[in-house]
Amino acid sequence: MELLLQQVMAGLANGAIYAGMALAVVMIFLAIDHLNFAQGEMATFSAYFAWQLIAWGTPYWLAFVAVVILSFIGGVAIERVLFKPLHNASILSQLVAFIALFSILNSASGYIWDYTIKTFPTPFGTKPLFGSVLIDAHEAGMIGVIVVLLGFLYLFFRGTRLGLAMRAAAHNPESARLVGIRVGWMTALGWGIAAAIGGVAAMLIAPVVFLDPNMMFGVLLYGFAGAVLGGLTSPGGAVLGGFAVGIIENLAGTYIPFVGRDLKLTIALLVIVAVLMVRPAGVFGRSAVSRV
Amino acid sequence: MTTPQQDTVPFTPAAEAPTAPPATRPAIRHWMMAGALLVAVVPPFLFQGFVVFQLTQVMIYGLAILGLNLLTGFNGQFSVGHGAFYGLGAYVTAILMQRYGIAYYWTLPAAGGICFTVGCLFGLPALRLQGLYLALATFAAAVALPQLLKFHAFEGWTGGVQGIVVEQPNAPTFLHIDDDQWLYYFTMAVVLIMFVGAANLVKSRSGRAMMAIRDHQIAATSMGINAPLYKTLTFGVSALYTGVAGALGALAVQFVAPDSFSLFLSISFLVGLILGGIGSLPGCLFGGLFVLYVPNIAAEVSRGLAGAIYGVIMLLVIFVMPSGAAGFPRLVMARLSRLRNRNDQL
Repeated sequence: MELLLQQVMAGLANGAIYAGMALAVVMIFLAIDHLNFAQGEMATFSAYFAWQLIAWGTPYWLAFVAVVILSFIGGVAIERVLFKPLHNASILSQLVAFIALFSILNSASGYIWDYTIKTFPTPFGTKPLFGSVLIDAHEAGMIGVIVVLLGFLYLFFRGTRLGLAMRAAAHNPESARLVGIRVGWMTALGWGIAAAIGGVAAMLIAPVVFLDPNMMFGVLLYGFAGAVLGGLTSPGGAVLGGFAVGIIENLAGTYIPFVGRDLKLTIALLVIVAVLMVRPAGVFGRSAVSRV
Repeated sequence: MTTPQQDTVPFTPAAEAPTAPPATRPAIRHWMMAGALLVAVVPPFLFQGFVVFQLTQVMIYGLAILGLNLLTGFNGQFSVGHGAFYGLGAYVTAILMQRYGIAYYWTLPAAGGICFTVGCLFGLPALRLQGLYLALATFAAAVALPQLLKFHAFEGWTGGVQGIVVEQPNAPTFLHIDDDQWLYYFTMAVVLIMFVGAANLVKSRSGRAMMAIRDHQIAATSMGINAPLYKTLTFGVSALYTGVAGALGALAVQFVAPDSFSLFLSISFLVGLILGGIGSLPGCLFGGLFVLYVPNIAAEVSRGLAGAIYGVIMLLVIFVMPSGAAGFPRLVMARLSRLRNRNDQL
């Protein structure tokens, strides 16, 4: 029982990382209807920015806020410069643009900040929480930030006119345009928010996995998996999906003898595909109904 | 397959005729193909071994991309996992040759058959999933394959992390060409047969059914096309093509190891497919060229920023040729004729 609890808690801690990424993935999906493959690299870039600011002597929280704002601006800029001209191109052409962006950002952050692994400070400390070995302060802080972020997003999308306009623009661009919503800018805003969330996620993840240009790749895979598992149309579902992926991965590694350690990623993905067989639009997702 | 309702499929050649290009076009196309073949025969006598190897590799990638194209371009199903089928085909060849001593040319049908079977099995769950969800499922295959290949229980077969060294096929002595040249021609022959097969498949009734499902599955179903059957079979055939390419790849590289078949390979295929032109057969070869040469060119321009330059080139191609290399001539022609019309009006 002790082992089970320990593994579940460890899974939750990993899951918080995946949940943050899954949340960013879903945000951009709601805004533009695509998965952004470059999301992880955008987030890594943000984390490097924060590292640079802190290295120059900026206090942590000031750097944090600055990076969130810069990430937001960067996300909007990428949408305006790169993806607006492509918005009539086929989905697959846009996919190539995502892959290109991935490649450019990955290579650029390696070039600017080189490939050596860097430590990243945590504002929460790393002491065990409540004197138990199950979870430390940083992990708890990470889960806390993700939950707060989710709360803010919920309020933003349900409670403000801008949030409503964004949902409308993503859901039905033509009708939204007819009622006076500037759909193009809503998309750019979606990119900005997703970039900012990705930046927050990366700054929380960096102390755990250490900062290097490829740090987000694995995380992004799990984040995608979590988002798809939870349902791409549901931010709350994505966060739960992220936590679920973390827990499944850990439990599979511990309890399935023989294959355990080596194949835990494979098993996690298999579980997800199996879930998708039963619920093809994710656990909390709405399945799209189209008019013929 | 001979149920009466199948006969109501309305995609007959006659129905296509109004939009088909004038009759001179096929003749031009045949001449162009003959010309391309002639050009393709020459390189082994002009270049050194390494260039011949690279060109062989271009054809192999082109074939793999053709497999993906049958699935994505003609049937509308996404796959981010075709590197897995490529890897499977490569390993089948390597294991049959090195563990069981089977001649290299017999391993190709075996690789194709095994990949076809696995592809069909994979196509079954894929029936439930669409778009991004299908992408995730195929993605799982791409991530899982290297791990399975490294897995210690299979090490007796797969050689684990070390992989397997594959002997290069020897050229028949009466031809007086070296092994690289022989492999080039062998690959060319296989690729040619496979391309002709694909061209015929796409033109056939089954090909039209595949495309009808891509364009509108509900409409296709209501016309009596058995969508699940065709989608599953397309997945199988697509895997077969990519698997045979993988088998040829193992012969060309003379080595297979788990990490050669990572997610990046799958993504490269996808990039090659899109930049070459979705739904175009010759475009696949352009895709092969891109996948092989552009990363090298990028690395030559700048070592440190190779990835960034690769990305920028990708973006340029997408901005200049939104419908891929295959659609480019048509795009240029359209632009030119529009320009001419405008001049006439002035």
